[in-house]
Amino acid sequence: MGFKAGVITFPGSNCDRDMAVALEAVSGEPAIRIWHGDADLPDGLDFIALPGGFSYGDYLRSGAMAARSPVLRAVVSAANRGVPVLGVCNGFQVLTESGLLPGALMRNAGQTFVCRTVDLEVVNTTSIYTSGFEQGQNLRIPVAHHDGNYFADEATLDALEGDGRVAFRYTDDVNGSRRNIAGVLSANGRVLGMMPHPERAIEPASHPSLGGEDGRALFENVINSLVAA
Amino acid sequence: MKVRILVRLKPGVLDPQGRAVHHSLDGLGFEGVEDVRIGRMIEMDVAEGTTDETLTKMCEQLLANMVIEDFAIERLDDAKEPA
Repeated sequence: MGFKAGVITFPGSNCDRDMAVALEAVSGEPAIRIWHGDADLPDGLDFIALPGGFSYGDYLRSGAMAARSPVLRAVVSAANRGVPVLGVCNGFQVLTESGLLPGALMRNAGQTFVCRTVDLEVVNTTSIYTSGFEQGQNLRIPVAHHDGNYFADEATLDALEGDGRVAFRYTDDVNGSRRNIAGVLSANGRVLGMMPHPERAIEPASHPSLGGEDGRALFENVINSLVAA
Repeated sequence: MKVRILVRLKPGVLDPQGRAVHHSLDGLGFEGVEDVRIGRMIEMDVAEGTTDETLTKMCEQLLANMVIEDFAIERLDDAKEPA
């Protein structure tokens, strides 16, 4: 088969290793680690992940500096060719800052850093990320963020919902996000940004409040979709 | 040439930080505060002759997030006539 995934590391990324571990655990193939200063991506990538963390110390705005780094120009051009790009947490912030996804992620409405496992409702079931899920299925996936309050104007929100581009919704108000949106897809469904961390939910843990495999299912969806294609 | 860029949230965009600060001002006993909105100020030293067009591009491409923020450009050397 062959599944060539790349994980980008910016100065201040801190979930890049978890992302690489998750991708390897599911695909059986080691992910390629890519440094932010690289102007070119390795040839033939099947999948690109932008990990969580605090790239460039969240200077100016979360994700703002990373979105203007050399490697992001290459990521945008790959995404425009149809290469799937997953941005988690800070990665989602980078995707909105780069214009690959609409909207913006603002400071949580409650002003506090939110770090817990949340319930998500699967809204879209047609993308490569969500095709194995059922509409309305509940997923439990951890969040850990300060700037996860998804904002877009009403017309954009209506369009996102109308086009089936809301991937996931929080089942309760986690951070003030408009319409409880937790994850958003690009128009072609190949780019997904989400605040919750699927890479932190790829195996059961000894304590029931930790771990879980709902995140693994998302990566399995991706690999099943891409390898079958 | 010194330039000051003021970046602020667009009207209508909720500012939780401003609201918290407003609440604190109330708590300190300051009366009559109607609203608090928090923005960002960026001071730059740029080459003489840098055009408004270039400064606007800087704001649109990096300094402000046009989804949620507005910006104003102020030239400090001729402060009487803000751009």
